Amino acid sequence: MFRSHGLSIFAVLIAAFISLPVIVIVSYLMQANGELWQHLLDTVLNDYLINSLLLLLGVGMGVLILGVPTAWLTSMCSFPGRRWLSWALLLPLAMPAYIIAYTYAGLLDFAGPVQSWIRDLTGLSYGDYWFFEIRSLGGAIIMMSLVLYPYVYLMARAAFLEQSVSSIEVGCSLGYSRWQALWKLALPMARPAIIAGLSLALMETLADYGTVQYYGVSTFTTGIFRTFYGYGDTAAAAQLAASLLAFVILLVLLERYSRRRARYHSAAESRARADLIPLSGSKAIMACVICLSPLMFGFIIPATQLLFWAVFEAEPLGWDFVGLAWNSFSLAFLAAIIAVTLAIILSYAKRTKPIKPVRTVLAMAGFGYALPGTIIAIGVLIPLAWLDHRLIDIFGSLGWDSPGLLLSGSLVALLFAYTVRFLAVALGSVQSGLEKIKPSLDHVGRSMGHSPLDILRKIHVPLMRSSILTAVLIVFVDVLKELPATLILRPFNFNTMAVRAYELASDERLVDAAPASIMIVLVGLIPVLMLHASIARRRPH
Amino acid sequence: MIPMNLINTFILPAVVASLVWAGTAQARDIVNVYSARKEALIKPLLDEFSAATGIQVNLITGKADALLKRLQVEGSATPADLFITVDAGRLHRAKEAGMLKPVSIPALEQRIPEELRDSAGYWYGLTLRARPIIYAKDRVALDELSTYEALAKAQWKGRLCLRSSQSVYNQSLVAATIDALGPEATQVWMQGMVNNLAKAPSGGDTDQLKAVAAGVCDVTIANTYYLARLINSSKPADQAVASKLAVFWPNQKGVGAVGRGAHFNVSGAGFTKYGKHPEQAQALLEYLASAPAQAWYADINNEYPVVEGVPSSATLEGFGRYKMDPIALEILGQNNRQAVQLMDRAGWK
Repeated sequence: MFRSHGLSIFAVLIAAFISLPVIVIVSYLMQANGELWQHLLDTVLNDYLINSLLLLLGVGMGVLILGVPTAWLTSMCSFPGRRWLSWALLLPLAMPAYIIAYTYAGLLDFAGPVQSWIRDLTGLSYGDYWFFEIRSLGGAIIMMSLVLYPYVYLMARAAFLEQSVSSIEVGCSLGYSRWQALWKLALPMARPAIIAGLSLALMETLADYGTVQYYGVSTFTTGIFRTFYGYGDTAAAAQLAASLLAFVILLVLLERYSRRRARYHSAAESRARADLIPLSGSKAIMACVICLSPLMFGFIIPATQLLFWAVFEAEPLGWDFVGLAWNSFSLAFLAAIIAVTLAIILSYAKRTKPIKPVRTVLAMAGFGYALPGTIIAIGVLIPLAWLDHRLIDIFGSLGWDSPGLLLSGSLVALLFAYTVRFLAVALGSVQSGLEKIKPSLDHVGRSMGHSPLDILRKIHVPLMRSSILTAVLIVFVDVLKELPATLILRPFNFNTMAVRAYELASDERLVDAAPASIMIVLVGLIPVLMLHASIARRRPH
Repeated sequence: MIPMNLINTFILPAVVASLVWAGTAQARDIVNVYSARKEALIKPLLDEFSAATGIQVNLITGKADALLKRLQVEGSATPADLFITVDAGRLHRAKEAGMLKPVSIPALEQRIPEELRDSAGYWYGLTLRARPIIYAKDRVALDELSTYEALAKAQWKGRLCLRSSQSVYNQSLVAATIDALGPEATQVWMQGMVNNLAKAPSGGDTDQLKAVAAGVCDVTIANTYYLARLINSSKPADQAVASKLAVFWPNQKGVGAVGRGAHFNVSGAGFTKYGKHPEQAQALLEYLASAPAQAWYADINNEYPVVEGVPSSATLEGFGRYKMDPIALEILGQNNRQAVQLMDRAGWK
């Protein structure tokens, strides 16, 4: 009895600690700041809100349009190239949004090769012809959709693959056509997964600063940075960030709502091999085009451009890139293990005792995902530095030398920030994995006298292997791409590939940033491919 | 379970290592630097300094305001000794936040002109960066250009490109203009410029230069070293851009605000209030103001030296001599907040 309560208490403590930075940020709301708020209201706040909403709407539609049909086609239909497309569609996940943004800007803006070529060919000058303005809200929506759709694709595909074939077959035997079965059965059944992927993509969109800033789109997030950097006003910046959380709560409610009254564990014990719907002729070509386009624009074109810059035009990487790659890799790996371990503990606590305090702190622990890394970093620095000062006091009272900033000045701060920022991703995947395991298994385990921890270790973890792996790999890729928190919190003489790419890009040496950028993409490919392997194992092809 | 093994093999050693790491930053003959200057534009000098003096330099780079926040939060426990920025406004902000301490260094007071450092010694300018008008040679007649203020005139309708008002360089330009013209006239000036924009602000200074070269607009305002970098680039595309552009030094003639001179700013450094290695920090600062270091900045990044007598680069000499706005640079910091507010009001995105 005590042990199960112990788990709940432990989980609440962990989740509260993880929520600390978010609480620090929200607590800034207590500080009055009327004058600046009035000014923002009078001038720019409206624009920020409208642009952020349009961005969310656009990216939301974009990731659904790119993610769901591709997931359906690669999991349910057979057409030429399906096998390799099913993993290749994950590749854009390895491409950080700010990097694809500057790559396309270099390619498509007025001074880029495409427009220059048009001008040389036609003799027209700028303004005489129409060309898509990449540095715009529309451009930002396209860029983010191209790199964020894999979240939807990944979740939707896993859901389609795990749907028991029998339910589709029952539908068909009841007179549904294959396409009706898609609309009336498969899609509604996959809805929680799709919404989960969508809300990850939208939270990532809210947190993005690099892309919108470079494209000159004033969103809520650029507003936060303007108040922080321009006005030098941390309090107001934190207040804006806290109101950003209102969006997040909306997203969380949306996800809740989509899961209402539903239990999504499948009743089927074993999954039979699905018969893929064969496509041929024009339908097969259509399917190829639908699946190739996101891959083409989200990965092949930008990666080729980066590779071209890196090989032919940029200053070559020095040997220090080995160190940078190692720093990036090990940090991402550690952060992924920590985040997923915590996610397992938290999700399991919620499963064994779904009491209100556990559910509440669990929801809060995921909020960090929608806050910009810089804001998280401030939320991490403040409590850790406070702890450091207490430690220094204790050392002092014992007559020892000051230990310095043991927590806030070391990798601890960075790992903490990553956990806060990306726990939501891990939680999403682990929770959906747990939900698929029927509660009856727990009951059996308990009735045989196993403790909850035993059940977790012996039953759940093995059953959730692929969900856990998915969580590890996504957090890994996310940390690899992470920039702003790394920039603020890293210890002395410690750089990552993302920092190197950023430093060169922000010094307006985009081409020289290409080698570091392509390295991020290449290292990010490893887990993306592993991710594929893990999904592929779930169902025989 | 996998994670347990991993914790033992990876996490604990890493945490221990990082704690030791934090510990070593306290050792004796070192100096710790928080720098808003990018690693590529400071590390080589720091390495030289270490080689010459045996003092180890530890470096964290980042955005000035974020580093300042870190300084503030760390308070008396901060390991940082020196705070380096690329904008006088941010140095002033650090001073106002109580994060810097005044240090009088007679040698530097002699070498660095008075207006390029804090009067009480809170910070010292290290390089000069000018922000003149840059125009398309083939589409702009020289007599069209005169002052920054004139860019608000109707003749520039659809011919002006500006970088976003998020840029600290633009904020400082506006802060200096507020000092010269007053807030009302400054806002009117900015509204005029916003009306003249050929495209919504996006990208960096280099993007504005490329836009002028590509014919999107005819004039822009940019720091000279970005143009110098294009001129010296080995890439034909960059050289093609540079060949279409020229520098115009505004506000050179006349009396009062009209003839106040071109806007400039400094990169500089200040001593942190709670620094624990003041002697080493001073040695580093003196090194950064030495003739070789000053010449390095001129050569590598085309920034003007602050020390009289150190030659600037041939490219910079090619831009001609100009009159600088003799404003005390700390005013850039004092006016920064108001500048951003006015930019918001004027609709400068």
